[in-house]
Amino acid sequence: MNLLWLAFTIICALIGVMLSAKAVDSTMMLHGMVFSIASVLSAFALIARNYRNINTPGLADANGSVNYNTEIIKAGVIASAFWGIVGFAVGLVIALQLAFPALNFDLPWTNFGRLRPLHTSAVIFAFGGNILIMTSFHVVQRTCRARLAGDIAPWFVFWGYQLFIVLAATGYVLGVTQSKEYAEPEWYVDIWLTLVWVVYLLVFLATIWKRQEKHIYVANWFYLAFIVTIAMLHIVNNLSVPVSLAGVKSYSLFAGVQSALTQWWYGHNAVGFFLTAGFLGIMYYFIPKRVNRPVYSYRLSIIHFWSLIFLYIWAGPHHLHYTALPDWAQTLGMTFSIMLWMPSWGGMINGLMTLSGAWDKLRTDPVVRFLVTSVAFYGMSTFEGPLMSIKAVNALSHYTDWTIGHVHSGALGWVAYISFGALYFLTPVVWKRKSLYSDALVNLHFWISTVGILLYITAMWVSGILQGLMWRAYDAFGFLEYSFSETVEAMHPFYVIRALGGALFLIGALIMVYNLWRTVRGDVREKEAGALVLNMEFAGAR
Amino acid sequence: MDYHSVSTFAQSYGLLYLFGLFIAVLVYALWPRNKEKFDKAAHIPLEED
Repeated sequence: MNLLWLAFTIICALIGVMLSAKAVDSTMMLHGMVFSIASVLSAFALIARNYRNINTPGLADANGSVNYNTEIIKAGVIASAFWGIVGFAVGLVIALQLAFPALNFDLPWTNFGRLRPLHTSAVIFAFGGNILIMTSFHVVQRTCRARLAGDIAPWFVFWGYQLFIVLAATGYVLGVTQSKEYAEPEWYVDIWLTLVWVVYLLVFLATIWKRQEKHIYVANWFYLAFIVTIAMLHIVNNLSVPVSLAGVKSYSLFAGVQSALTQWWYGHNAVGFFLTAGFLGIMYYFIPKRVNRPVYSYRLSIIHFWSLIFLYIWAGPHHLHYTALPDWAQTLGMTFSIMLWMPSWGGMINGLMTLSGAWDKLRTDPVVRFLVTSVAFYGMSTFEGPLMSIKAVNALSHYTDWTIGHVHSGALGWVAYISFGALYFLTPVVWKRKSLYSDALVNLHFWISTVGILLYITAMWVSGILQGLMWRAYDAFGFLEYSFSETVEAMHPFYVIRALGGALFLIGALIMVYNLWRTVRGDVREKEAGALVLNMEFAGAR
Repeated sequence: MDYHSVSTFAQSYGLLYLFGLFIAVLVYALWPRNKEKFDKAAHIPLEED
């Protein structure tokens, strides 16, 4: 098996060299080189691993318990923390660019148009994706009571995914894009991601296959739905024909309104299955785990899962209200979006009620505070989303900052907060530490970033509604009351407030990274020693 | 296979099929005899070593 992987890296290295040598543009030359260097490094790592003579890990360790693969989780914690900081920092930069356009520096590489996809991909795919891969590997092992399947395969998924991020991100800065929102990477990066994703699916399925627990726990269903659906969406939306096999440019198979519908079928289900289903998997494992109580209603979780799956896939057309898309399709998208209120709120209630009888933990455990607040934000943003999909509301909200505010209440409040909760939970568990370095710092992180989120979303609400109202204001003679540049000028104070909110959020995340780093080192803040919330799995910890 | 026949199929059999599946899920989730199984399943994350 090791030899097959080695052969694979050598073939990849050759492909990289060939792409680079035959490249018809400079970016392909660079990316071919990056690909080939990464392949050579992997070959070295494989050989070194062989010489270190690591015995294939047995099913059980000395105590007779399952020998879980924790090394891959550690790598995931580090990668998610790293990409989180990068993504939030680029977000802050582009927020400042909107408030102060001089910060574009008149350079192509630092232009808002190139940095914006860098921000969205860094936070969604680099930060969120690493969080999802890492937590899914943890949860599937623990709830199946089986070691993660494969020896090299999980590492291929991990490093292959990092390579995807690097290729996509450097491409954006150099101006390579398909111009499809959240699907910007060009054809060759898409093919690479498809390969990585298929191996990811196989590792996940093989682990479930060899499980020692009869029932497949609900969190795994959400993860599986996320992996399978993302594969489907990614492949269909990225169907395209490259101009040259040694060039970056390609043309999509779809055109006109079909292209728009395919794009938003992809785009909205990326929200539904990447940012919702996957992170619900986190909710269904980490909240019960942290508060040490079973989920409020397992039955509700089954209904939550299936109704989410049945409804979400139809909601995409609400991104195309009042466009060339047929009216019935717009109405269909709106109707299904509104029906999504039911599973969303069912899921939120299920998450929150898991705390019944343990609400005091909200006061004593700042990590629980992150987890619970994230579910509250999930409820809020999934209330707001269907509301905005109603055509009459959309007429006001679409193309305004309200949308940006909505996205960030979901992304910062729900996705990032549940991720922070998972990171704070996992770090002491996988590094076998008694507790975090400091709970007070978790608390500080919580409040700084919560103030940041509130500043962000309230600024965007005001600015978005103001923008929408100014655009549709007519004077007594039926002329538009405001020119477009007047509406831009009116946004300025809100853009400054938004950047301030983003800065607070970034500072909070830096505090987290410091706290996690000290936890990994095994430090405990002296002032808090004895009062820290203990890691419940701390047998053998220092 | 033109647009009309696809949409007729989707609006009749497709709708009934998906709705039927959903009803089956509801019955499965709420069936009284499954309660014990689900209560046990809910404890899976808490029982690991």
